[in-house]
Amino acid sequence: MARISSLAEAIRSAVHDGDTVALEGFTHLIPHAAGHEIIRQGRKWLTVIRMTPDLIYDQLIGMGCVAKMVFSWGGNPGVGSLHRFRDALENGWPNNLEIEEHSHAAMANAYEAGAAGLPCAIFRGYIGGDLPKVNSKIKRITCPFTGEELAAIPAHRPDVAIIHAQRADKTGNVMIEGVLGVQKEAVLASRRSVVTVEEIVDELPGGRSLNAVVLPHWTVGHVVEVPGGAFPSYAQGYYPRNNNFYKQWDDISRERASFLAWMKTNVLEKGPEAFDRYARRQHAAAE
Amino acid sequence: MADYTPKEMMTISAARALKNDDICFVGIGQPSAACNLARLTHAPCITLIYESGTLVTKPNVLPLSIGDGELCEMALTTVSVPEMFRHWLQGGRIKIGFLGGAQIDKYANLNTTVVGPYDRPKVRLPGGGGAPEIATSCGEIFIIMTQSKRSFVEKLDFVTSIGHVFGGDSRAKLGVKTKGPTKLITDLALWEPNPETKEMTVVSIHPGVTREQIQESTGWKVAFADKVAETPVPTARELEVLRDLQARTKRAHSEAA
Repeated sequence: MARISSLAEAIRSAVHDGDTVALEGFTHLIPHAAGHEIIRQGRKWLTVIRMTPDLIYDQLIGMGCVAKMVFSWGGNPGVGSLHRFRDALENGWPNNLEIEEHSHAAMANAYEAGAAGLPCAIFRGYIGGDLPKVNSKIKRITCPFTGEELAAIPAHRPDVAIIHAQRADKTGNVMIEGVLGVQKEAVLASRRSVVTVEEIVDELPGGRSLNAVVLPHWTVGHVVEVPGGAFPSYAQGYYPRNNNFYKQWDDISRERASFLAWMKTNVLEKGPEAFDRYARRQHAAAE
Repeated sequence: MADYTPKEMMTISAARALKNDDICFVGIGQPSAACNLARLTHAPCITLIYESGTLVTKPNVLPLSIGDGELCEMALTTVSVPEMFRHWLQGGRIKIGFLGGAQIDKYANLNTTVVGPYDRPKVRLPGGGGAPEIATSCGEIFIIMTQSKRSFVEKLDFVTSIGHVFGGDSRAKLGVKTKGPTKLITDLALWEPNPETKEMTVVSIHPGVTREQIQESTGWKVAFADKVAETPVPTARELEVLRDLQARTKRAHSEAA
């Protein structure tokens, strides 16, 4: 049952040391504010899952929160490498990082299998390449009807999913518009969830689209209002992606010292209200 | 004749490979530039699909990331990522996959995972993303890459996504029914697979480029077709549209929110 919480309370209650956590978002609606709260609360030994780990995972890794990452594409899109991810993998700083690497198709199927309560995902993939040689969880399965050989991997069943959405109502029903990613599947696949939103409204508007994605209140754990909470990612209808910040991150994160200094000033010494200044409505047409 | 750079020649040559009725799965970066240039010149009705779920999208500026708001706002519709990979890619609804890579070999297998050993990487690259299944589920594959000895290698450090595997019928023997890489467009030349051996073969050389230059930036002995064409120079219109697109994109990506 959805509970309207503060961010600190939601993370304290939902995310524990050693948990498997999926902070999802596919370019859009990436839960940066929630990630910062995990860092502030000093969570350790997390296994983090994400199709496209970018800046917020770079920050979690660089601050020593992560023991293992399960992923399919880890980079700063259109810019280059994740320097903290690479430093952990190539030099073991600030700690050794275990990886479990997949393709996008595999990850998306694994979330969907988790949401459907199945033990594994089955799909046509992983043919001929080297990923099955380095990831022992990639297996083959034979279709009992046609004999076709397909790929199988375990379903994702995270302890907790964390996503950002545009809106929730006071009961905790959640609405997402635009690039949907795998957020609905991630929440339904997880035991617990935290959903940060741009705003909590009295009633979700139905007029614009009757099929805008809604996670009904009983499928959601904590709902937290954090305006601007996806920045520098974007919230369709509210604020655009700050591509300039993604480019700046390349310099900030390149060296350990500049990274730590930035994290101290912008995360450790701040709270979720620091995201307020990025929040705005792009156009007021939706209401 | 207008002045142009080798990179512009590459993008324009790649755009020309696309047709108005193509349905194309677009990778970010160079593939995206080529696909949108095609859409803005000779192929206005081309269907562009990005793996973020945006179907039939017509962005005004090139996206920096695969799920930029621009792609969604300009799309006919946007589906979830699991639906994208299951119903649309795996379902066989996409004709051409347009990929780039960090390393390629003579059979157009690609590496975007790691340079050096997997467990002790010299350079950790972002990884496969959608490529492993794009490479086998799309009807055919176009690849766009800048040539150098570091990227055109005899042996890949890691096979992220397959092309023609070991050549000949080795791809089909894995049970893959799609064609695989049919075009490789570089800053120097256009390559296509030999019908028998499947080795990528130079079929057209860009104006002013020599065979020696192509060999010097390739890590294996280059095969040239019996008849090698010269790629037509970019037209004034191709260059104008490409430069406008890139100037718009640069302005948009530099704006602070």
